[in-house]
Amino acid sequence: MSSAEAAPVPMTAKRRGAQLAMLAFAVVIVMGAYASVGLSLDGKIPAGMLTYGLGLGALMLAAYLVLAKWAPWADPLLLPLVTLINGIGLVMIYRIEQTGQDGASATNQLMWTALGVVMFSATLIVLKDHRALQRLTYTAGFAGLGLLVLPMLPLLGTEINGSRIWIHIGGFSIQPGEFAKLALVVFFAGYLVAKRDVLALAGRRLLFIDLPRARDLGPVLITWGVSIAVLVVEKDLGTSLLLFGAFIAMLYIATQRTSWVLIGLLLFVGGAILAGMIFSHVQVRFNGWLDAESNEHYFNGTSFQLMEGLFAIGSGGILGTGLGKGYPDRIPFSFSDFIFSATGEELGLTGLMAILMVYALIVERGLRTALAARDPFSKLLAGGLSFIIAWQVFIIVGGVTRLIPLTGLVTPFMSAGGSALLANWMLIALLVRMSDAARRPPPQAIQDEGLTQVMQR
Amino acid sequence: MNGTLKRVALACLLMFGLLMANVTYLGAVKADGLRSDSRNVRAFYARYAVDRGWITSDNGKVVLAKSKDTGNARFRFDREYPEGKAFAHVVGYFAPESASGIEGAEGRYLDGSHPDLVVRRAIDLISGKPHKGANVDLTLNAKAQKIAYKDLASTGKRGAVVAIAPKTGAILTMVSVPSYDPNPLAVANKAEVNKAYNKLDEDKANKPLLNRAIGLTYAPGSTFKTITSAAFLMDDQSRDVNTMVNAPDALPLPGTNISLPNYHGESCGGRATLLAAYTISCNTPFADVAMAMGYDKLKEQAEKFGIGSSLSIPLNVTRSDIGPDEGKAALAMTAIGQRSNQMTPLQMAMVAAGIANRGTVMKPYLVNKITGPDGGEIDTTDPDELSEAVTPEVAAQLTTMMINVVRNGTGKAAGLPNHTVAGKTGTAETAPGKPSHAWFISFAPAEDPEIAVAVFVESGSAGNDATGGAIAAPIAHDVMQAVLGQ
Repeated sequence: MSSAEAAPVPMTAKRRGAQLAMLAFAVVIVMGAYASVGLSLDGKIPAGMLTYGLGLGALMLAAYLVLAKWAPWADPLLLPLVTLINGIGLVMIYRIEQTGQDGASATNQLMWTALGVVMFSATLIVLKDHRALQRLTYTAGFAGLGLLVLPMLPLLGTEINGSRIWIHIGGFSIQPGEFAKLALVVFFAGYLVAKRDVLALAGRRLLFIDLPRARDLGPVLITWGVSIAVLVVEKDLGTSLLLFGAFIAMLYIATQRTSWVLIGLLLFVGGAILAGMIFSHVQVRFNGWLDAESNEHYFNGTSFQLMEGLFAIGSGGILGTGLGKGYPDRIPFSFSDFIFSATGEELGLTGLMAILMVYALIVERGLRTALAARDPFSKLLAGGLSFIIAWQVFIIVGGVTRLIPLTGLVTPFMSAGGSALLANWMLIALLVRMSDAARRPPPQAIQDEGLTQVMQR
Repeated sequence: MNGTLKRVALACLLMFGLLMANVTYLGAVKADGLRSDSRNVRAFYARYAVDRGWITSDNGKVVLAKSKDTGNARFRFDREYPEGKAFAHVVGYFAPESASGIEGAEGRYLDGSHPDLVVRRAIDLISGKPHKGANVDLTLNAKAQKIAYKDLASTGKRGAVVAIAPKTGAILTMVSVPSYDPNPLAVANKAEVNKAYNKLDEDKANKPLLNRAIGLTYAPGSTFKTITSAAFLMDDQSRDVNTMVNAPDALPLPGTNISLPNYHGESCGGRATLLAAYTISCNTPFADVAMAMGYDKLKEQAEKFGIGSSLSIPLNVTRSDIGPDEGKAALAMTAIGQRSNQMTPLQMAMVAAGIANRGTVMKPYLVNKITGPDGGEIDTTDPDELSEAVTPEVAAQLTTMMINVVRNGTGKAAGLPNHTVAGKTGTAETAPGKPSHAWFISFAPAEDPEIAVAVFVESGSAGNDATGGAIAAPIAHDVMQAVLGQ
């Protein structure tokens, strides 16, 4: 922001050429990885490598062209970074599919990636100005809530693997929670921009923290209630944690009050402990985390998946076994929740660090967009969306690496799953849209008006 | 809002920092523990990811163990033993959690982890090909091995046959019966293998897993008189086969009220030449000369044949031992291969081979050469002297005695039409009232020996009246014939 305020305003470099080169580099890495899988599995380059590679390349070129036309000032790093992890996810799913593990399908994932790029492009083309979303604050809120409760409806929702987070329409299963996540971040941003002064200023001081007024607690309690409901009814610990964390973070960004964070944490921890005492599945997961290495939890299945994931990462060591040379099919659902562990075995610590670095860079570019944004809504929205990526990576990667208790979530852009891919591509489209607005040079004054200046924010 | 955004950015940084630290901990610090965790099946899979080298004999012409690429992602290479039971104890088996025989002893060459193969390993790693191990070629003569196995197994006997090339120490035959099929023990399934193994292990009467040729020691009986004779001849250079020795019908054992008789109470005439006593295998002359020489001289002679020292061929050989010094009466029993005098069949084959090789015992070995996956030679075993057991002159005297045993004595069944065979029978009492062990050691052709054999048939497996001459000598005959031709 500081640079934007300095007059005369320096032109932001578009860096379109660099972006195209990085994009090509990402596609080349993915094609190389794909060839490597084939070479170590059956000694030859897979027949589909050109199809896959060129397909991915064409998709990303299309996304690039849309971005260049409709968001020319956008951050040049976001698209290549996302392409890289989406591509590595594709290769891993292809590799896991070769082991014959049920449910892994690289073709489906490529199709969903294509649809994701279509959603990305559509979002950029349709949403010329992201501030239009501010007018949809409450619509987004209701949509988000509606999407969250959809799986609870009797005919629509189905319970898979103990979680009721899926709905079936036609031949497709959709996870509405993934889209609810987006809608709710939009709602939080709009709502908090409107209410932040009240939330920030009114209240009493008790000991060291400023307590909010009781009636301002309302929205916090409602969100908390919804999260706990998701946890209890849908048995989806991950989404619950994700939403509540995102809300608290955005509340903090908007109000600058640490007390909200503390209250939020207390509420969630309290709620989780309560849930743990009442619902056995929460407690089972917690025990499976705390005492994962015991034979009892391993053999009764409580920590089997987690331990197999850890065995995979440990066996990969520093450099990994090489693509195609590990045993990802030892880990149940290695293509979805545990794709990070499966990748760890074949690409090693080195590969995992690179992937974490790419995620960190995406989050960093998003937060930079938030810092550079010119209005509070954009700041909150960009900050919220960036945080939700970081938070989601933390929850799932921390879960599979036994840093925190395991809660099911997808690894953004890597795990198999259409809904998550679509939603995350839309999320990136929003960040791209906002970075375009933030980096676009402000309209220049037609003539030097001397003392009339840009307002300070 | 920028201040809080920056703090959130810091929080995100912290989260990624924590993730990276934890992943580093797992992938670098805790990796070894996770890798070797017994529940981590990767080590198990890894055993089958290597294109293990083959085990062959007869300079690669006979395949004893081979790897087959199944294309299975988890258990890619299958281990097969085309020759099965006859070679099982030598070749061993490659089980999910262990390996025995040559499979175990030469495992580092076979799976390619030996330092000699490090360059090859690096090439395989870079090219992404499955790692290939080195091939091990054994000194065995497949034809003789199969005949030895058939001779023992077809009649339901338990025992062992060991044949050595006297000039080099190369082991031509090593058979132990009853044997087992190694194939069910080499499947990539722990539960199945354990079941098959336990079934073999529980057969306490037959002990099929035991390699009787090197795994256990037995009383050598009269074959040990060869060593007693060697000690007697070495003790005084003026003695020869015609030296007269006392041969009473019963020899009173000092310090006891019992006497040592000859076999079945036969008479040896009171006095006899060493040659005659040896040929008809009298007991009393050998007990008598041993008591005259004393324990130390007998022990010293035994040690020169390798008795009492550990051997690795490269399979580990149980140590043979003539037993402790327990007085004259005990020594009399030791001299005729009884009491605590215990030998492996391999050790007795080494005794025959040492005499055949003009008194020099060669170190026995099973591995002929090791060839790389590409066929290039990595290592060849050079014959090595173990010790000089007797002088060439004494060896010649002993040879004369042994030839006479086959021509005119208890070992006629081992005679070959076109070759001079030298041999010695043995019938060792195991316990009062229990059937004897039958032994036969021999070598041929006596003038220029190419093979030395020890045949051992365990007590009770060949009838109650089994003698070395009747039971063991015909087997030695067949094995020598297989190696020498007609």
